[in-house]
Amino acid sequence: MSTATEAVRLIPKPTDSHECQLLEVSMGPQHPSTHGVFRMDVALDGERVVKLKPVFGYLHRNHEKIAETESYLGSMPYTDRLDYMCSLTSNWAYALAVEKLAGIQVPERAEYLRVITAELTRLQNHASLIGFLLQDMGASGTPLMYAFREREKILDLFEALTGARMMCNYMRFGGCRVDMPAGWLQQAQKVVDAFPRFLDEYEQLFTENEILMARTQGVGVLSGELAVNAGITGPMLRASGVNYDIRKVDKYGIYERFAFRVPLGDHGDVYDRYMLRMLEMRESVKILQQALRDIPPGPIMDPKTKIRGFRPKAGEAYGRTESPKGELGFYLISDGSSNPYRYRVRPPSLVNLTVLEGMCLGQNVADVMAILGSVDIVMGEVDR
Amino acid sequence: MDEQLKSELSKQGIFATSLQELYNWGRKNSLWPLNFGLACCAIEMIAATMARYDMARFGAEVFRPSPRQADLMIVAGTITKKMAPQIVRLYNQMPEPKYVISMGACAISGGPFKQGYNVLKGIDRYIPVDVYIPGCPPRPEALIDALMFLQKKIDSQQLTGADRARHLDPDAPSEFIVPQFGAHDLEPPQNPEIWRPPLVEISLAEKNDAGSD
Amino acid sequence: MLEAIKSEIEANVSGCRLEVVPNSSPSGQHSLLIDCERALAVARFLRDAAHLRFDYCSNVTGIDWPGKEIVEKEKIKKLVDGVEQEVEEVRKTQSAGHLEAVYHLYSMEKKHGPVILRMRTKNRSDQTHLPSLTPIWRSAEFQEREIFDLYGIVFDGHPDLRRILMWDGFEDHPMRRDYVEPDDYEYEPTPHDEVLEKSKQHTHGVRAR
Repeated sequence: MSTATEAVRLIPKPTDSHECQLLEVSMGPQHPSTHGVFRMDVALDGERVVKLKPVFGYLHRNHEKIAETESYLGSMPYTDRLDYMCSLTSNWAYALAVEKLAGIQVPERAEYLRVITAELTRLQNHASLIGFLLQDMGASGTPLMYAFREREKILDLFEALTGARMMCNYMRFGGCRVDMPAGWLQQAQKVVDAFPRFLDEYEQLFTENEILMARTQGVGVLSGELAVNAGITGPMLRASGVNYDIRKVDKYGIYERFAFRVPLGDHGDVYDRYMLRMLEMRESVKILQQALRDIPPGPIMDPKTKIRGFRPKAGEAYGRTESPKGELGFYLISDGSSNPYRYRVRPPSLVNLTVLEGMCLGQNVADVMAILGSVDIVMGEVDR
Repeated sequence: MDEQLKSELSKQGIFATSLQELYNWGRKNSLWPLNFGLACCAIEMIAATMARYDMARFGAEVFRPSPRQADLMIVAGTITKKMAPQIVRLYNQMPEPKYVISMGACAISGGPFKQGYNVLKGIDRYIPVDVYIPGCPPRPEALIDALMFLQKKIDSQQLTGADRARHLDPDAPSEFIVPQFGAHDLEPPQNPEIWRPPLVEISLAEKNDAGSD
Repeated sequence: MLEAIKSEIEANVSGCRLEVVPNSSPSGQHSLLIDCERALAVARFLRDAAHLRFDYCSNVTGIDWPGKEIVEKEKIKKLVDGVEQEVEEVRKTQSAGHLEAVYHLYSMEKKHGPVILRMRTKNRSDQTHLPSLTPIWRSAEFQEREIFDLYGIVFDGHPDLRRILMWDGFEDHPMRRDYVEPDDYEYEPTPHDEVLEKSKQHTHGVRAR
């Protein structure tokens, strides 16, 4: 991290009676870690963090403004690029909001396809996140390689289904774009069946790893009360012991049909966040097993929904889903025309960073990377 | 050297080469990219370095976190106006010879986000680009293809003469102006020495005719 | 449910005026328009009341409603040439428009919601102040900063109101609907309509055949 963009300067602290200087370090925006263009203005007292101000906007690419000039469907490819690790869950969140706005029903098979793709997305996101987290902490290579090995298998499924590895652009208002090709279900079943073995291997490597435990336990503790007030959602909230999973609360889609549990953490530290994602992947595998078993034949699009010339009635709707990062919501205001009057993305990554400073204060500077890694941010979503 | 003689010599176990070939051979096979990702394309760039695609096969796996140690900048992702000065500064800090791959539609022209008020319409407005890869995002294979293309380009570099490589020309600039944040836009909005709006041929007459048929 | 919450707020927060903003879309998510003076008290009540407990503010949105030209037609009786006639008079007025902040509240404890609060500024130019709800819900911190940055609503009582997405010296509020973006012309191989007009302006780039 010794790049020249990180301006390092010494500033004297005049009020302090001791001979003591604070070191101001600007971490980023050229990759403070593997999380994209994010910058933190950190003040250090020795190794200890005494101030940390996140600086955003280095990937602010005006998604919301562009969406106001695009048709409703025209914004769907842009949602892929919000959280570019998880395009399918972003698709779903947007489709859900428009379906609420226009009162569209989704056929059953499409709901199953959505659950399957969303949970596969969750698997690859959590696996990669743990890889990135460990990479940030110095386990260079191996964890990320293992994670990407599994991720590639899931991306192959996405590619066979949607035609693209990352930017799937798969969901439509009232269903999904294409049905699965022949043999896809068996292929998906194979990947899902093999996934727990990968998880076992992964856990064997890390869960009781002494270095990981020393680096993460008791680091970056977040209390449940603060987490709720600061609007933290997703795995980070549940690691702090608050039982709030939108899949269970809103029961959107068909999630009430599946038996799965919501893992909760006790301490709210980095280790709990790591562990929680491990457990969530196991629950996702359970959902996938049920969905792949039960998926019915039938249409995948609501026949009444217009693709071209789609104009919802004037009004507004807020639709939200449990994306792998947290609550991803879309707030749409229609004025009856073919493009939304206002299009707002509720970004879980941005709101989850609210407590970053609080978690890092008093920690060592090396822990900042671990804490940031455990938040799970994607800059496309933070800055939009 | 005569190619025929060279192959004849190699049959006898004698390897003959020129300094230029040796120089280019060494350079093209140890490109050290800058560890630098901007957006979605960066994920594909990471995927390209992982086990499945394994960019290490081409000698380009040593991602350096510092521009001082890097000689290839892969501009992977959307360049916002807020980020553009930093990119130019990083480029300026890289030692010569240095190369730039512009990865993805956004780095080429702004891509899908072209209409955005905070999006730079292509990194070639500020720094020279060697290879462009289209795609949104380009697949890892495309990045590897671009890398091989760049290797070919390096391989054909001349060490002497009028058309010698840019970094061997003492008059060619190796640093470019870093744009400043203005009240409404970056200042300057492009580096006129590098990029000017291309001449567009618009037939005004044809345009008017189009309506009549 | 919203009516019940409304009357409850009115009973508990003295002098509070609320208005239900209906929503005609199938989502049926109606919202409450609250007055700025008592916004903090309303928010605190919603958060702390034992059976409501809206402890989680999910989403804060800024919306720009520019002023519209209001055309009023009025029929006036007038003496025209000594005869009383009904004459239609058209009066055009420009409404000031307003900026709006919308808060989506949920309850993590009771697992219900959303309740949607709206606040409106008086106009879009000089009276763009709204009370910040960050002291009640910290989740609004970055989102209110974003609205300040992109829409120019000044949130009074916000702990750290700075630009968040654009750089500090930036002067415009780009998400407003009348924002004019800088003309950074980009070549297109097949220019048409607006793009063609734009490229014509860049005389350097046009070569008429």
